[in-house]
Amino acid sequence: MITASLNHLKAAGLRLPHLAARSIIPILGISLFLLVWQIVAANIDTSLGKFPGPSQVWQQTKALADEHVQQRAKAAKFYQRQEERNAKKLAQDPNATIKMRAYTGKPTFWDQILTSLITVMFGFALASCVAIPLGIICGLSERIYEAVNPIIQVLKPVSPLAWLPLVTMVVSAVYVSDDPLFEKSFLNSAFTVALCCLWPTVINTTVGVSSIDKDLVDVGRVIKLPPSTHVAKIVLPSSIPLIFTGLRLSLATGWMVLIAAEMLAQNPGLGKFIWDEFQNGSSNSLSRIMVAVLTIGLIGFLLDRTMLVIQRRISWDKQAVLR
Amino acid sequence: MQHFLDISQISKTFNTATGTYEALQNVDLKIQQGEFVSLIGHSGCGKSTVLNLIAGLLDVTTGGIFLDGKQIDEPGPDRAVVFQNHALMPWLSVYDNIGLAVRAVFKKTKNRAEMDAWIMHNLELVNMTHAKNKMPNEISGGMKQRVGIARALAMQPKLLLMDEPFGALDALTRAQLQDSTMEIHRELGNTVIMITHDVDEAVLLSDRIVMMSNGPAATVGQVVDVNLPRPRNRLALAEDAQFNHCRRLVLDFLYAAHTPAEPQNSEVADLKASRPEAA
Repeated sequence: MITASLNHLKAAGLRLPHLAARSIIPILGISLFLLVWQIVAANIDTSLGKFPGPSQVWQQTKALADEHVQQRAKAAKFYQRQEERNAKKLAQDPNATIKMRAYTGKPTFWDQILTSLITVMFGFALASCVAIPLGIICGLSERIYEAVNPIIQVLKPVSPLAWLPLVTMVVSAVYVSDDPLFEKSFLNSAFTVALCCLWPTVINTTVGVSSIDKDLVDVGRVIKLPPSTHVAKIVLPSSIPLIFTGLRLSLATGWMVLIAAEMLAQNPGLGKFIWDEFQNGSSNSLSRIMVAVLTIGLIGFLLDRTMLVIQRRISWDKQAVLR
Repeated sequence: MQHFLDISQISKTFNTATGTYEALQNVDLKIQQGEFVSLIGHSGCGKSTVLNLIAGLLDVTTGGIFLDGKQIDEPGPDRAVVFQNHALMPWLSVYDNIGLAVRAVFKKTKNRAEMDAWIMHNLELVNMTHAKNKMPNEISGGMKQRVGIARALAMQPKLLLMDEPFGALDALTRAQLQDSTMEIHRELGNTVIMITHDVDEAVLLSDRIVMMSNGPAATVGQVVDVNLPRPRNRLALAEDAQFNHCRRLVLDFLYAAHTPAEPQNSEVADLKASRPEAA
C-alpha cells in the first residue's frame, strides 16, 4: 500500500522530496520562533503570572474549542426544553400563544470570530462599492481628481478611533427602527471599518485608471465607444491589477481597524474578546489573549490569500506573478 | 476642384512648461481618393502630429482639415488608425479585439451574424483566421500588427492612417506585411496615409511621398510622385531605374538638404543636462 503510493508519487515527478526540501526552511524558522518565544516568555513575570509560552497557548486553544462545544450543547438543550414546554402547552390548550425565546448564553470565541469576519466583510464591501467608482471617476477626469485629492489626502491619515465616537453618535441618531435589521454596534464597527478601507482602494484605482496605455484610449476614441463601454471594456480590465492592490491594502487596514474599534467600543467580536479577557484578569487570560492575537494574524493572512485567489480568477493576465 | 482629403494651411502649437512650441506651420496637402501617400521625415519633425490631427485625436491650432468636404473636429471610425505598437487590448482575443471595433461601429447597421461574418472576412484579409481565439500575447509581433490592420480595415474607413506600422518589426516580417498591405490596397482601393522612416518602404508602397522639413515649425518640404506600375514586385524593382531615381530623391532630401543639424545639437545638450556627471 505504502510502496504503491510512493511509486505513484515518484511517477508524478518526484514531488515529495521537492516539497519536503522547500518546507524545511519555513519549518526551521517557525521552530526557532517557538523556541525564542518559550525562553523569553519564561523570563517575563506579570501580575497575572508568567507570560504564556507556546504550550499554555495551545492548551487554551483547546479549552476555547471545548467551551464552544459545551455552549452549543447547552443551547441545543435549551431549545429542546423550550419545544417540549410549548408542545405541552399546546396539548392542554390548542389556542395558547407560544413564545420562542433565543438562547442568551455568552458568545464563544468562535462566535466572536464569526462576528468579526462578517463585520469586516460588510464594511469592506461597503467601502469598495464607493471607492472603486470614485477611483474610476478620479482617474478619468483630471479636474475631478484635483477637486477630490486634497480631501483624500487629509482624511487618509486619520486614525479609525477618531472616527468612532462620531460614527457612534450618528448611527444612534439616524438609525432608528423598531425592528432593526442590524445591531447598532454592528453598524458602528462596520462604518468605522468602511471609512478607513476607502482610501487605499480610491488611490490605487485612480492611479490604475489614469495610467492606461494612451494608444488603447485612442482606439476607444477612434471607434467612438460610449462612456459606459469604454469603462467596461478598456478602463476596468487594464486597471484590475492596481484595483486589487488597493483592495488588498484596504482589507488589511480594515481588519486591523476592526479589532481596535471592537476593543474601544465594546462591540461584539474578537476585539471585545481580548478586552473582556484583559478585564477578567484570570491566570488564563494572557494565554487566551495570545490565542486571539494569533487568530487575528492567521485570519488576516487568509483574507489576503482569498483576495489573491479572486484576483487570479478575475484577471486576464494569467501569467502575471502575484505576491 | 474639391479634394478627397484637404489639409489646408494648418499649424499646430503645443503649450509646454517652457512656453509654446510651434510643431507645424502652414502644412498644406491635398490627397485624392484611392491614393497611397507616405509621410517621411526625421524623428521629431511632426509626422505623427499630422497623422493625429487627421485622425482628430489632436485639434489644429489654425487652418482646417476636410475629408470629403466635411471638416474634421473629432476622432471617428471613418479615419481608422493603425498604431505603431498595434494597440490591441491584451485582455481580448484576436477575434474580440476586432469585434470590439465592429460592434461599436456597426451596432445600428449590422446584426450579430453579419458582424461575425464581417469580423471573419477581415481576419481573412490579413491571413489571421487561424489565430482568431488566441490572445495577443500568444502571437508574434508581425501577427499582432496584422490584427491591428484588420481592426482598422473592419471599420470600413474612408481613410486608413498608419503610424509607422512596421517600424517595430524585423526585416523579413516587415517585407511580408508590406506585400500584404499592397495587396489589400489593390483589392480594396482604400486611401492610405502612412508614416515611415524607411525610404525603401516609402518608394515601394506609395503613389506619392511627402517629405517634411525638420521642426520646430515643420512643414511639407518636397513631394515626390512615384509613377511605378502596380502590382509592384520588390525584387524586380531593385534594379529599376525609376525606383532608384525616386529613392535617390528622397535620400537627397533627407540626408543632404535636411540633415537635422540643430536638433542633433540640442539633443547633445539635453543629454548633458540630464547627465550632470558627464560634464
